[in-house]
Amino acid sequence: MKRRDFVKNGFSAGLTATSAMVFGNLEKLFAVPNGNPDLPYDLVAVMNGEPEMMFDNAIESLGGMKAFVKQGQKVVVKPNIGWDVPPERAGNTNPKLIKRIIEQCRNAGASDIYVFDNTCDEWSKCYKTSGIEEAAKAAGAKVVPGHTESYFREVEIKKGISLKKARVHELIIDSDVFINVPVLKHHSSAELSIAMKNLMGVVWDRMYWHRHNLHQCIADFATFRKPDLNVIDAFRVMMKNGPRGVSVSDVVEYKTLILSPDIVAADAAAAKIFGSEPSDISYIVKAGELGVGTYNLDSLKINRIKL
Amino acid sequence: MKVFVLLKWLRVAISLAFVLLISFLFLDFSGSLSAAFTNAVLYLQFVPSIIKFITLTGVSSIGFILILVLTLLFGRVYCSFFCPLGALQDIVIFGSGRARRKKTFKFIRSLNGLRYSFLAGTVILLAAGSYLALNLFDPYSLFGKIISNLFRPAWYGVNNVIVAVLEQFDVYTLYPVSLKGFSWISFGFSLFMLILVIRLSVKKGRLYCNSVCPAGTFLGFVARLSIFKIKLDESSCTSCGRCSSACKSGCINSRNMEVDFSRCVGCFKCLTVCPDNGVHFKPSPLNRSRRFDRRTDNRRREFLVKSASTITGLVAFIKIDGSQSLKPGMKEIVRENPVAPPGSQNIRRFHKTCTACHLCISSCPTRVLQPSFTEYGWDGLFQPIMDYTSSFCNYECRICGGICPTGAILPLESEHKKRTQLGKAKFIKENCVVYTDETACGACSEHCPTKAVDMVPYKGRLTIPEVDDKICIGCGACEHSCPTKPKSIYVEGNPVHMLADKPKEKKPEPKQKPVGDFPF
Repeated sequence: MKRRDFVKNGFSAGLTATSAMVFGNLEKLFAVPNGNPDLPYDLVAVMNGEPEMMFDNAIESLGGMKAFVKQGQKVVVKPNIGWDVPPERAGNTNPKLIKRIIEQCRNAGASDIYVFDNTCDEWSKCYKTSGIEEAAKAAGAKVVPGHTESYFREVEIKKGISLKKARVHELIIDSDVFINVPVLKHHSSAELSIAMKNLMGVVWDRMYWHRHNLHQCIADFATFRKPDLNVIDAFRVMMKNGPRGVSVSDVVEYKTLILSPDIVAADAAAAKIFGSEPSDISYIVKAGELGVGTYNLDSLKINRIKL
Repeated sequence: MKVFVLLKWLRVAISLAFVLLISFLFLDFSGSLSAAFTNAVLYLQFVPSIIKFITLTGVSSIGFILILVLTLLFGRVYCSFFCPLGALQDIVIFGSGRARRKKTFKFIRSLNGLRYSFLAGTVILLAAGSYLALNLFDPYSLFGKIISNLFRPAWYGVNNVIVAVLEQFDVYTLYPVSLKGFSWISFGFSLFMLILVIRLSVKKGRLYCNSVCPAGTFLGFVARLSIFKIKLDESSCTSCGRCSSACKSGCINSRNMEVDFSRCVGCFKCLTVCPDNGVHFKPSPLNRSRRFDRRTDNRRREFLVKSASTITGLVAFIKIDGSQSLKPGMKEIVRENPVAPPGSQNIRRFHKTCTACHLCISSCPTRVLQPSFTEYGWDGLFQPIMDYTSSFCNYECRICGGICPTGAILPLESEHKKRTQLGKAKFIKENCVVYTDETACGACSEHCPTKAVDMVPYKGRLTIPEVDDKICIGCGACEHSCPTKPKSIYVEGNPVHMLADKPKEKKPEPKQKPVGDFPF
């Protein structure tokens, strides 16, 4: 059995060991950044623009990318690249948005910018068909695989109720800044796939989540490392047949974008855009209960921008 | 003489080119090779070409006719110019000759009983509708299995080590690859055959080609009729034995100045080593083939019999499944039919066309194709199967149909592929986490490319899977992603592939106006 696993995983054990030795700064895991009280708004919502323009406006109203990315920092940008479908199907994050975020990170002085996802369909096809690989490379990011276990390291989810441990992509553990860039869409398992759900793409053993109370696991994992910034792509929104979608007829153009360092607030706002009540989405409520963030939008300072 | 030296080098160059190109087809994992390139490289592979010709009856597969014509002209040149297993043996012979600083062979009596039995067995099995003998012994398919099952894992391992090193320097241009599935039976058989072939070639030259290989024996029959033949010139031959000791087929008896041309693999070495111009390669009249001494060599026979029985033993090795105890109420999956690759049309047809070369297995980007064990029956051993434990079929991918050298997997148009129903998903509610734990799941429905598996209202806000047979294509995405043990959803293979309905398209009504106000 041991030898079979050895061959099966293509020497992944060795790779993991090597990478663990090199990147052994585990204490960073627990230095969870907790929003930024100096920011002028808790959440920014933009509508009626192209993805790039909406992002530029939104980030500027929060004080620009420099409020999140400092000179020489390592940044990881995590889009949703789950499916082998083109941008018009809205199964993945809009590549134009990813490109602009990377450009902004560069301008803010990031030393390295990484992009990856642990995809559902065959990873190289997803990277290519989504247009994200090309867009990210053109903007100067490093496109990193997430399809073999060798990239994932086991971490403890201290506040987790159902999820106590998970294998997390090393870039999430090792990067200075974590920018989460999901696409808002219907989801047959979790009702909606937004920012917290997008974090399933940074773990290896996500089937465990499905087996052990999916909503609780999604909320549990959000306690591990909250993204420094969540950028929700609601330019095109898949209204049904999610998360993969069947055809372009599943998609409606909303031309909207949401920006917030609070992952729960971002999900709540996006749920509202979709037409759902945040309090109906179990993982949003559970994450609120765990103190990850707030889904009571009335209590937040929101900047609403119409272009 | 000089012209023969050129001929020999031409043979070395061509065979090296083919063995390297063919190996490359099996080792490439970038998915960048075009189907046309693959088909061109494999065009002259004798056995696959015949089968493809029978399946497709088209000019796209007359490579074997070219080989027959070449054989009728010059003998079994296929064996030394185009056969990858032949080239592999030549490399071993060259290497071992180097290592021992000598390359001497001697005349071997023809193992007619053995080679004719293998050929007759192959023909009888084929007549009975079984491809087993070709699965096991066709030289191209065997070479494919050796590369796919032995060299490919090693190649991936080397790649992954390089990737790991590069990543320490923050370079992500290469990426790691994994096998996902692994068949010990297929691995064991390939290893055994590789050792057998190497051992035979080190000790006895091209004995595999003249005892086991059904293609070699068949081409040997054709070679008896060739126009050009190797002959020893009785007037100039001094019976010095140089040609005999250079002949890796062991088919030159220099003492009696006889050549068994049916066993000559066309390497042309003998022509270059004769100091007296005593070896000729000339048009010769169809002659009374000479009889050879028929005394037997028991040691050799014993070795071969042992080898054959070891293969049988290996084949009979029983696949041990990690059986788990079932939780009460859960149901075990009983799959009545295996799932055959898209483009194979139906299981019977596929089973009777595939020689298990494992090119599709090596080229499948998701690695859903894996060697079978007994799923297609005993004589379908090693033929590729859709293994949804390893992975699932990519909705848009059509690679396997484009490259199959025998036509066992036929090419499909994109729209046709997306509607080809390999099987139907079956939902076992009793195993499903929504039913047993009453927590949300839906991994199956998430991955379904046609939403044949949809989530329907269950209790409260909970939803539970429901399968629509008509639009299910049997890709296995649901089965692969199902988190329960045993699985709550699996694909029951269609014995005959069918055409699924197009997934329904309906424009959704957005719950609010896309251009309006913020809802918060």
